[in-house]
Order: sequence, then C-alpha cells, then structure tokens
Amino acid sequence: MSILVDKDTRVICQGITGRAGLFHSQKCREYARDECGREQPVFLGGVTPGKGGTDVDGFPVLNTVAEAVETIGANTSMVFVPPRFCADAIIEAADAGIKLIVAITEGVPVLDMVRAKAHVDRTGSRLVGPNCPGVITPGVAKIGIMPGYIHTNGTVGLISRSGTLTYEAAWQMGRVGLGQSTCVGIGGDPIIGTNFIDLIELFQNDPDTEAILMIGEIGGNAEEQAAEYIEQNVTKPVAAFIAGRTAPPGKRMGHAGAIISGGKGTAAEKVAALESAGIEVAQSPADMGEAMQRAIARQD
Amino acid sequence: MKIHEYQGKQLLAAAGVTVPRGIVARTPDEAAAAFSELGGEIAVMKSQIHAGGRGKGRFKEQPDQPGVILVRSADEARENAERMIGNTLVTIQTGEAGKTVNVLFVEQGLNIARELYLGIVVDRESGGPVVIASSEGGMSIEEVAAESPEKIFRESLDISTGLQPSQVRNLADKLGLDGQAAQSATTFLPKLCQFFVDNDCSMTEINPLVVTDEGELTPLDAKVSFDDNALFRHENFAELRDLSEEDESEVRAADAGLSYVNLDGNIGCLVNGAGLAMSTMDLIKLHGGEPANFLDVGGGADVQAVTEAFRIILADPNVKAVLVNIFGGIMKCDTIVEALLGAYEKVGFSVPLVVRLEGTNVEVARAMLAESDRDITTATDLTDAAEKVVATLGA
Repeated sequence: MSILVDKDTRVICQGITGRAGLFHSQKCREYARDECGREQPVFLGGVTPGKGGTDVDGFPVLNTVAEAVETIGANTSMVFVPPRFCADAIIEAADAGIKLIVAITEGVPVLDMVRAKAHVDRTGSRLVGPNCPGVITPGVAKIGIMPGYIHTNGTVGLISRSGTLTYEAAWQMGRVGLGQSTCVGIGGDPIIGTNFIDLIELFQNDPDTEAILMIGEIGGNAEEQAAEYIEQNVTKPVAAFIAGRTAPPGKRMGHAGAIISGGKGTAAEKVAALESAGIEVAQSPADMGEAMQRAIARQD
Repeated sequence: MKIHEYQGKQLLAAAGVTVPRGIVARTPDEAAAAFSELGGEIAVMKSQIHAGGRGKGRFKEQPDQPGVILVRSADEARENAERMIGNTLVTIQTGEAGKTVNVLFVEQGLNIARELYLGIVVDRESGGPVVIASSEGGMSIEEVAAESPEKIFRESLDISTGLQPSQVRNLADKLGLDGQAAQSATTFLPKLCQFFVDNDCSMTEINPLVVTDEGELTPLDAKVSFDDNALFRHENFAELRDLSEEDESEVRAADAGLSYVNLDGNIGCLVNGAGLAMSTMDLIKLHGGEPANFLDVGGGADVQAVTEAFRIILADPNVKAVLVNIFGGIMKCDTIVEALLGAYEKVGFSVPLVVRLEGTNVEVARAMLAESDRDITTATDLTDAAEKVVATLGA
C-alpha cells in the first residue's frame, strides 16, 4: 500500500501533445516499465482538444477526458496544459470522474484556482498542485516531473511545497538508506488542492508508511497548522525542514506563496511551532535525510 | 504587479467607486495649478511611490519634508512640490535607499468623521478572497491584528456570487456604521469586491477608508496590486507599470522568465526551483558566506535564458564567486552546462565557479564538464558546494 497511487492507477496526460507534456509522459511510461516491472501499462495516453484520434509516440490522443475515462479506463490525470487553460482542464477532469488530478502547470492565475478548487471539492476528486512536481510511489508509478532514479521504495512519506527541494530530500534519504512510500509535491501557490494536513492524515493511516518528512517554506501558516495537527493526531515519527531562513521580508522568492509579510510566515516562527510539537527539524537543507533518521531513532 | 495610488484610484473611479477629486502633478507649477483647479481651501499632496508609510517618511535631501503634506494655497503647493519632486523619500517600507518621487497626487481635502480600514486579499485557508475590515483606520493592519484582534472583522468573498447584502450589513454593523454611512456601504463594498475580481487583484487595500461628515465612504488611499499570472487577461495594465520602481536586474530577469531577487552579499547563486534556491541561500549563510542574489531559473528555461541568468549574476559588481546548484527534474542538467560553458565565451567568467549537479541527464552534464578545460570546481552535495564556494573567497 501507499497513498494516492497504487497498482490500480491508470494515468493520462492532459496536454500530451505539448513539448513538456510529451517528454514527461515518456519518462513516466519508462519508469513504469523499467522500474516497476508492471505488466499492464500505467500510462495510457493523453488528451488534447482537437487532436483526438491521433497518436504521439505510441500514446493515443483523445479529445476529452470523459472519452479517456470511458474508452481507456483512466482514473488519474497529469495536467500539463498552459497556465491560462489549466483551471478548465482541472474542472474537466473532475467532471469526468478522474479520482486524482495532478497539476504540474506553473503560473496559473490565482482566481482561476479559486474557482477550480471550489469545483473539485464539490465533485470529490482529489487535486494535487498546481505548480508542483507531482506524485511518486517508488516501484509502483510516477506521475510528474521528478527524476525517477533518486527514489527508492521504502517507508517514509514525503510531503513538500517545493519541487527541487523534494528531489534533494529524496536523494539525501537514499544516501542514508531510507526509501519512500509515496512522495507528494503539493505546490508553491497560494491556492492548492491537497495540503499538508490532508496528506499527513493519509500517511498516518497508511500501514506502509512508518515515518513522515515534511518540507515547508516561508510564507502563510500551513506549516504551523500542520504542526498543531501532528501534535494531536500523529503517532509516527515526523521530521521537517523550512526553506527561507535567510530570506528578506517583503520579497517574493519565486513561489507566489513564499513571501514574508508583516513579520508573519517567517522561518523562525515555523521552526518554533514544529519543534514545540515535538518534530525533529533539520537545521540545514543538507540535514534533511539525517533529520529523518534522528526522528525515527528517537521513536524506537 | 504594483501600481501607484493615483492609478489605483483612476481604475476604481472607472469601476464606479466614488473617489476624492485629484490631479497628477509632475512639476511644482503643475502642483500649484492643481491646487487652484481643485478650488478648495485645502488640498493634500502625496508622493507617488510603491511603498507605504509616506506620511511619516522624510526626504533624504530635505530631512524636514514629509512625503504627504496638507497645503492651503497654490504657492504652498509649489514650494512643497519643489522640495519633493526629484528627491528621495525614505519610509519604513522603502529601506535606507529610499525611492525617488517623480509624481505627486494633489487631492481635494475631505471633512473626515471617521477613519476605517478595508482590505481584500486571497486567503489560503478559506481558498478564496476575504474582505478584512477594521474600525482602526490609518494604522498598519498587522499592528492592529497583533494588538487588538477583536477590532478586525472578516467576510469571505464568493467570487461567483459577489459580496452579499447580509455580509455588507454584518460588516457595517461591526464597524458601527449607521444612517447614510451604512447606506453608502451597500454600494461601496460590493463594488470594491467586484473591482478585485474583475481586475485579478492580488490585493486591494484602502487604508484609511474615511467616512466623511456627509456619511459617504471614500477611499483616502488605495493600494492595488495585480496577480502577475493573470496579466495576459489585462493588456491595458502594461501602461500602468512603472519600471523606475523596480530593480533593473530584476526586470531584466523577469523578461527572460527568470525569478531573481537582488541581495547584499557577494556569492552569486544560480539554482533551479524556488525552494532549493532559498535553501542554497540559507546554506551559504550557514557556512559563513553571504548570498548576492536569489535566482530560480525555473523548469522551462532554455540555454538562452540560462545564459541570461549568468549575465545578470556576473553584471553585479559585488559578486566574487558563483555557486550553481541544480537538481534537474523538468530542467535538464546538460542544458545548464551548455549555457555555463557558453557563458565563458559570451560573457567571460572572472570569478571562481562551484558547480553541483544532480538529477535529469546528470551523467551527460558531468561528462560535458569533465571534457571542458575550464577551471570549474565540482561539488558532490550541498554542504560540499557551500564549503567550497565560501572557501574561494579566502578568509
């Protein structure tokens, strides 16, 4: 077991005829074939409106997500469409009954996401992202842009607001012999689908996850809320890292979410909240893998 | 994207929100003429910069001159304008460098009965915009939140239905508005919310929102910013952009699709991903160095964009060493190395360079580095990279 992604996952890519959409669909297909030894295909094809009936590198292309659900049994979508069409693509996937929507697209207008999130919440689909690296359950399926080789199968659940920092964490864990049950990048935007607490709850209830590593950054108060939730509900060891300790106030550091405003959302506040909830906090970005090890050792 | 107060008020007026009469002045003579044209006994002259705290701010060249001042005659308007236009205003928000004032906004004086606060921002928790109101106008809302949170009132804004009459009544009631002021709120608040949605704002802040003696709600200030991701829907906003308010390197980076923030240190950083870029800064500092910048090349950057990134970093005279930290995902490591080697030809490297690569196409990229005869220090992990780059600066 794992969370979000399992052996029944059947993926399509919305925006598969775009350069990035195709490249990463190919990488996901390779991962399923070479790293997971799956007999049935995990990555089924894609959707691009107006290009239905064609084929790109062996992937059938369909006009609508509904058609992909009906004809090829898709239950998961990786969204790669340009930012201005992203909310529409998410809404289409939810309406078609896609269970897990993973939106990779960066630069989606915030109010578009307000509409899309409200819609997805009404349908009961789960949205991850946007502006995220995706989801991977090592050895089962990769849905996203993360490099496959840095991940090993194991028992740590990894959650992160940042893309490349997630890779860094998975890589560091690999170097100290810790594999992952599932890794989820939740995205760096102000309005996102699935948040820290949603995933912490799933990991706490997942029998194959024995520990949780959470990677946050400055801005907002999601990490503080997660700390409170963990203190009250989580029995598994948890480690965390917060990026942006040295970021100056008022400056937006790339992610729309990463800004310290009015003295709120600082790394110091977040670290204090996490530590007071009994969470092992990595003091440096080079210390994430070892922090997870310490948290596990502490619990034993 | 931020705009000036006068631009915000012009947009508000176009959206049907009543704003005080005001005239833009770019010279002392225009300021005097504006006072005469407004025709009142009193006018307010306000420095137009993209920062708050203007009233308490003072000019570097004129230490007694405030950034916002009441004037009572055309001559007074001219004299004050002479001390303001072209000079550098330093406020609590500008930092020590201050900002040059090129434009004044001359506005009619109002008979103010009360000052309130009103702001609309996107709230992560509720997943949509929220209207924040307070009876404490004119103060920073963060200060009010810290000292007297009971004076802050919130209503969630459903962007498909707009602010409901019951929500307006709730806010008016809590703010203690009655009679004409409560009536004024029934048009002012929904219009302001519609303005926020129609223009893809990331923030609309009216502080203070005044209640005049006549019971009209009127924005005395207007701080409006837009969601950069939605600018494609609002082509007319391009002309509102004031490049003189922005850091030159940051504008250049944005044009190339890079995310760059100029800092005070001497170690230039080129990283992919915002989280990793922030962490790289943190790590440099942890090892005793000072980052010269935050630079996230993003995932979709091509060789040209990455080359521009090197140009921007190397153009900063403070940069004494460069650290490249790439964990390829959507970004391919070989793209970075191709741009890096190209930068030696096109830009010229005069400072030490430390490179740490991992992720997509890393083997190809490492081979390219090994085959080149450039003097590049490679690092195996984050700590190694930070230690090596700090060491190049000597102690």
